[in-house]
Amino acid sequence: MFRRLFGKKEEKTQDEVRLEESLQKTRSGLFGRIGTLFQANEITDELWEELEELLILGDVGMETTMELVQRTQERVRREGIKSTQDAYLVLKQEMVRMLEPTEPLHIDEPRILTVVFVVGVNGSGKTTTLGKLAYRYKQRGRKVVLCAGDTFRAAAIDQLRIWAERAGVDIIAQTPGSDPAAVLFDAIRASQESRQADLLLVDTAGRLQTKYNLMQELEKMKRVAAKQVHKAPHEVLLVLDASTGQNAILQAKAFKETAGVTGIVLTKLDGTSKGGAVLSIQKILGVPVRFVGTGEGIEDLAEFDPVAFVEGLLGE
Amino acid sequence: MFESLSDKLQAVFDKLATKGKLTEADVNAALREVRLALLEADVNYKVVKDFVARVKERAIGVEVMESLTPAQQVIKIVHEELIELLGKPAPLDLSGPPPNVIMLVGLQGSGKTTTAAKLALHLRKNGQRPLLVAADIYRPAAVKQLQILGEQIDIPVYSEGTEVPASTIAKNALRHAREKAYTVVILDTAGRLQIDEQMMQELEQVRMVTQPRDVLLVVDAMTGQEAVRVAQGFHERVPITGLIMTKIDGDARGGAALSIRQVTGVPIKFLGTSEKLNGLEPFQPDRLANRILGMGDVLTLIERAQEAITEEEARAMEEKLAYGDFDFEDFLQQLKQIKKLGPITDLLGMIPGMNKMAKAVDPQMAEKNLKQVEAIINSMTRQERRNPALLNASRRRRIARGSGTTVQDVNALVKQFREMRKLMKQLGLTGSKKKGRHRGRRGPNLGGLMDLFGG
Repeated sequence: MFRRLFGKKEEKTQDEVRLEESLQKTRSGLFGRIGTLFQANEITDELWEELEELLILGDVGMETTMELVQRTQERVRREGIKSTQDAYLVLKQEMVRMLEPTEPLHIDEPRILTVVFVVGVNGSGKTTTLGKLAYRYKQRGRKVVLCAGDTFRAAAIDQLRIWAERAGVDIIAQTPGSDPAAVLFDAIRASQESRQADLLLVDTAGRLQTKYNLMQELEKMKRVAAKQVHKAPHEVLLVLDASTGQNAILQAKAFKETAGVTGIVLTKLDGTSKGGAVLSIQKILGVPVRFVGTGEGIEDLAEFDPVAFVEGLLGE
Repeated sequence: MFESLSDKLQAVFDKLATKGKLTEADVNAALREVRLALLEADVNYKVVKDFVARVKERAIGVEVMESLTPAQQVIKIVHEELIELLGKPAPLDLSGPPPNVIMLVGLQGSGKTTTAAKLALHLRKNGQRPLLVAADIYRPAAVKQLQILGEQIDIPVYSEGTEVPASTIAKNALRHAREKAYTVVILDTAGRLQIDEQMMQELEQVRMVTQPRDVLLVVDAMTGQEAVRVAQGFHERVPITGLIMTKIDGDARGGAALSIRQVTGVPIKFLGTSEKLNGLEPFQPDRLANRILGMGDVLTLIERAQEAITEEEARAMEEKLAYGDFDFEDFLQQLKQIKKLGPITDLLGMIPGMNKMAKAVDPQMAEKNLKQVEAIINSMTRQERRNPALLNASRRRRIARGSGTTVQDVNALVKQFREMRKLMKQLGLTGSKKKGRHRGRRGPNLGGLMDLFGG
C-alpha cells in the first residue's frame, strides 16, 4: 500500500527481501509496537507521547524525534486526519522523506577507475563491509581491487586477504605498520596499470573521531587519491554499527569534515538494533544511507531503500 | 549539540530565582534538563524514567545549602544518585584455585580481542601468569589478531586454528594451563548477536566446560538504547559477572554502562581507554558520572589551577594588566603557567561547555602554536621583551632565524600581542572597578591566551 503511495514498483527486489528479512526481528519487537499503537481508534495525546518514547528507544534521538512527531502532528491537524491508520501513514511518509538521498551513488557511474574509501570507528565492520562490496561489484562484472589500508590493527590485512579470496578479487597490501597513504598510492598504480581495474575499494584503520592525528592521516590518503585520479575518492562510505546511539551523529559529523563522507553503510542490522540514528544523520548532515549489512555472509549486503527500511522498521 | 548540563540548569534556575527549599516546580524544571542530558548520553529511556523519578523524590523539599545555588544543589543530588547507581568498582574474581578462567563475551566489534590482551597485561602486572585463548573460530583472522597481540606483550596464546569447536579449544586450553601452571586463563570468544540461538548455545557450552569465575560483557561506549537488550540477552544465557566498557577515549558519553548496570545489577569492572595495550583502567564511578552528565571535570581543573598559579603571581599580573605595562616577559610567564596545567586538550575538555570547543580548536595545532610562540619570545633579547617597540625589521629577521620560524610568524605574534595588550588594558581597568564581582582574577589573562589557541 505504501509502496503504491510512493509510486514504487510492486515486486520486491532481492535487496528489499533481504533487508526486510533482516528487519523482521526488529519489526516484531520495538518498532512493531508503533504499528499496534496506531491501531487504537482515536488520536490522543498519549498516542503521541508513546510514539515519542518508542522513537527514542530506537536511537532516533531527542531532536529528530520531536521534529518527526511535530511534523506528523501538524499534518494530521492540517489535513484533518481522523483515523490512526492514516496518521501512521503520515509518519511513515515523513520518515521516508527524511531518508531519501538527494544524489545518486557515484560508484555505478562510468569512469576509468572509481575509488571508494571505507572509513569508520573501531569495530564498526569496515573490513567485512569491504569484502561484501567487493563481492557485490565483482558479481556485477566490475574489475575490483581491494587496498589493505588498515596497516595498524593486528591481523587486519590477513582478514581482508581472506575476504579478497572469498570474493575472488585482487588485493594490494604491504606489511603491517606501513604508511597507509603509500599503500594507497601503490594500489592506485596497480589498479591503473597491471590489474586494469575499474573499481578500487580502500580499507582504512578504525579510528575514533576524536583522534586528531588519525583523522589527519585520512585527509592525507584523500589527497593522495585526488592527485592520481580525477575527483577521487568518488565515494567515502562511513561504516556505522546499527547499535550505535547518539554518538553516531558526532561520528558522522567528524568524518564528514575530515574525510568528506558521502554515504553511510549501516552494519549489523540483523540484530535487534534499529539504527534509528541514521535519521538524525541524514537530517543534520544530509549524508544518506547507501547500504545495509544484514549478516556475516559475503552476500549479506543490500542497497538501502528508504521505503523498505521504514516499512521494515514500523511493520506493514 | 551537547551543552553542559550545569549551564542548562543554571539557565533554568536563573528564571526561577529560588531561595531556601527546592520546590516541586524547581525540581521539575531541572529534571527536564537532566532527562534530556541522560537521553543524549544514550541512557536507556526506561532507566532514565526510573532515575528521574528517584531523584525527584529525593530532591523536593531539600534545603539548598548556603554555599550552593539551587542548580548546583540539584546537580549534586543527581550526581550522588548517579554514582550510587553506577556502583562501586569491583575487582576480578581470582579467588578460586588456579587457573581462574575469565571469559569475554559481547557483540561483534565491541573490542573483545583487544580487551583480552589488555586484561592479560593488566593481570601480569599484578603478579599473575595469564594465558590467552583464541576461541573465536569464525571471524577471519581473529586467531591471528590475538596471536599478534600476544606477541606484542609477550604473553602466550593458546589456539587450535578454526576447525575445532570453541568448547573443545577451551577445554584443551584449560588442561594446557594446568600443566604449565598458568594462573589465569582469558577466553576470547567470537562476537555474536544475543538473539543468535546457535551462537548462544556455543557460549553456554564453553561456559559449562570451563566454569569461569568471571564472565565479562564487553560493551562499546557508543552503544545506544539497544544496550539493555544486549546485556539481558547475554545475561540470561551466560550469567555475566561484570562489565567492561571500551572505546571510552572517544567522545561517546557511555550512558549504556548505566543502563546495563541497572538492568543486570552486575558491576562495571574496567574501562578501555585507548588502542594501546596498556589502555585499561579500573572503573571510577564519579568520573563516569560526570561524563554521562556531560559536565567535564571542573574540579580537577580548579585544583590544578590553584596548584600551578599562586595568589601572588596572579595579583602581580593583574596590576600589570591594569596599568597596561604587560610585556613579552609576562606573556612568557603566562604561557608557562598554562603549560603547567597540563595538555591543552585535557584542559579544554575539563571545562564544561568547552568540550565542543576543545574539538574545534584542534589541540595539536594549539600545542604547536604555543611552542612556536615560546620559541619566538625566547629568541628575543631581554630588552626586546620588555620593550616590544624595539622590534624593527632587522631584529625580527634575526628572531625568526633564531626560533626557526618566519618573519611573518614573528609579525603575527607581535601584532597579536599588541591587540591583546590593548584588550587587556580595557579588561583590567573594568575589572578593578568592579573588584567585588570579579570572578577569578585570572579570568581575563586566560581568556586572552585562549585566542591564541584558535590561531
